[in-house]
Amino acid sequence: MVQLKLTINGFGREVLVQAHETLLFTLRERLALTGTKPGCEQGACGSCTVLLDGRPVLACLTASVRCGGKDIVTIEGVEQNGELHPVQRQLVAKGAIQCGYCTPGIVMTALAFLRENRRPGENDIRAALAGNVCRCTGYAKIVEAVRAAAEEMAR
Amino acid sequence: MAVVRDIMAPFDLLQPSTAAEAQRLLARYGADAWVLAGGMDSFDWLKDRIKKPAVVVDLSGVTELRGIRPWNGGLEIGAMTTLAEVANHPGVQKNFSLLADAVRHVASPQIRNQATLGGNVSQDVRCWYYRAGWPCYRAAGETCFADTPVGRNREHAIFGADRCVAVHPSDSAPALIALGAQFVLRTASGERVIEAEDYFVGPNREITRINLLQPGDLLASIRIPSDFAGARFYFEKVRDRNVWDFPLLNVASAMRVSGGVIQSVRLAVNAAAPTPLRLRRVEAAVAGKPPDASTGAMAGELAVQGAVPLQFNAFKIPLMRNLVKRAIGGVEKAVWA
Ligand SMILES: Cc1cc2nc3c(=O)[nH]c(=O)nc-3n(C[C@@H](O)[C@@H](O)[C@H](O)COP(=O)(O)OP(=O)(O)OC[C@H]3O[C@@H](n4cnc5c(N)ncnc54)[C@H](O)[C@@H]3O)c2cc1C
Ligand code: FES
Ligand code: FES
Repeated sequence: MVQLKLTINGFGREVLVQAHETLLFTLRERLALTGTKPGCEQGACGSCTVLLDGRPVLACLTASVRCGGKDIVTIEGVEQNGELHPVQRQLVAKGAIQCGYCTPGIVMTALAFLRENRRPGENDIRAALAGNVCRCTGYAKIVEAVRAAAEEMAR
Repeated sequence: MAVVRDIMAPFDLLQPSTAAEAQRLLARYGADAWVLAGGMDSFDWLKDRIKKPAVVVDLSGVTELRGIRPWNGGLEIGAMTTLAEVANHPGVQKNFSLLADAVRHVASPQIRNQATLGGNVSQDVRCWYYRAGWPCYRAAGETCFADTPVGRNREHAIFGADRCVAVHPSDSAPALIALGAQFVLRTASGERVIEAEDYFVGPNREITRINLLQPGDLLASIRIPSDFAGARFYFEKVRDRNVWDFPLLNVASAMRVSGGVIQSVRLAVNAAAPTPLRLRRVEAAVAGKPPDASTGAMAGELAVQGAVPLQFNAFKIPLMRNLVKRAIGGVEKAVWA
């Protein structure tokens, strides 16, 4: 086992992990942060997306031991003081959540994207979210929600 | 369903901080060791427990293998540089947009944030039978499961098959070949610099290998010479879905045009054969000709000469003909009737 120190959602955490363990496993099974969803577990759905030093990555294809000293944000760290982030709020408002399984991953990807793109066009949003599968909504409402969130954040 | 794939078999993880130390470790463990770059190909093998290395040597702490620096008027890209870093680098975008374009076609945005350029050219083939651990030729077995009348071979080779019919899946490889890149290897006997196209090993040479790396070797960096800086480039990838999917075929060309004719050109395709293919005959045939539709058509015809389709992949022949045609002759403007 390896002793890891990392920052998760703004809090310093120490956790014992095995060398052959993914961040997805560490988050869910050791830290009880089950908001990050296992989908395909092979890099092809995006449901496990978290931010690693600000960039969206797939927790299912990230070795935990590589995350020592890094800053990780998961869906549990997105709301502030009980208040949803505009992306979350707009996903709800636009009806862009059905089963909700893809939603945590979508939120994490959108968050990183909107940080760097204040006035994104539809095509930019689609390209940014290309790595997140949703089996329910047909995407149109998700794209709408992200655009609405961008507008809300620009205000 | 409900197969838990996330649990890998245990291995010892070693995290060197210099390339020299990494090489020492790799030399010590030889065939028992696995090099881990971004892990986007590796974890698939390890999770499926098809490959069970005793030791994994993680290169993520080796900072000297990462980053993009000027080199002889061109660029040197450390093997551990991520595809996102390559795509977003101003020097790559300005002079070698062909490479930026190619790596942007890899997998998904999240994957490009972790996948490395070195890993992209070093990744293994994607034939389902082989990836699923079937005892095929490439896995040192005695048959090819894809090359049978009912084998699933729509994605497989139309050139260069030799017992194994799997294709090389990299999107960056043809762009690097077109740019005349050089690969810098660190081997037991020292540094070795080779042409991009010579890195790849087909089944006719050694069926269980995909590139020149021997156990203990590292790919350290990729150098892009200035020859085609700011030249006319073309990249196109055809795949089933616009994200994640590996190429059914891709094409990359770099050309210098002056006085209305092609002065010099390099052209490569991938996913057509077990290794990326540089199309030298086509390059020679189009040199000195105008880069127009008729030269393109001739190039396309020449490119597919000698292609041998399998049961389900004959579509790749017209596909390759058309991609090469466009790469040389340009793309006609769509006419809306
Ligand atoms: C869902 C999915 C979709 C994908 N789609 C595409 C696609 O469309 N196009 C495409 O080209 N690829 C695709 N890939 C493959 C993807 O794995 C590669 O693109 C990626 O670049 C591999 O890089 P890596 O750093 O993650 O490599 P790793 O997995 O870490 O390594 C790959 C192989 O190379 C070896 N290796 C890596 N670096 C070195 C080095 N410096 N020295 C010696 N050996 C080394 C490793 O030992 C391993 O065998 C996809 C992968 C997934 C999971
Ligand atoms: S669970 Fe990680 S990409 Fe699907
Ligand atoms: S809402 Fe069900 S997968 Fe997206």
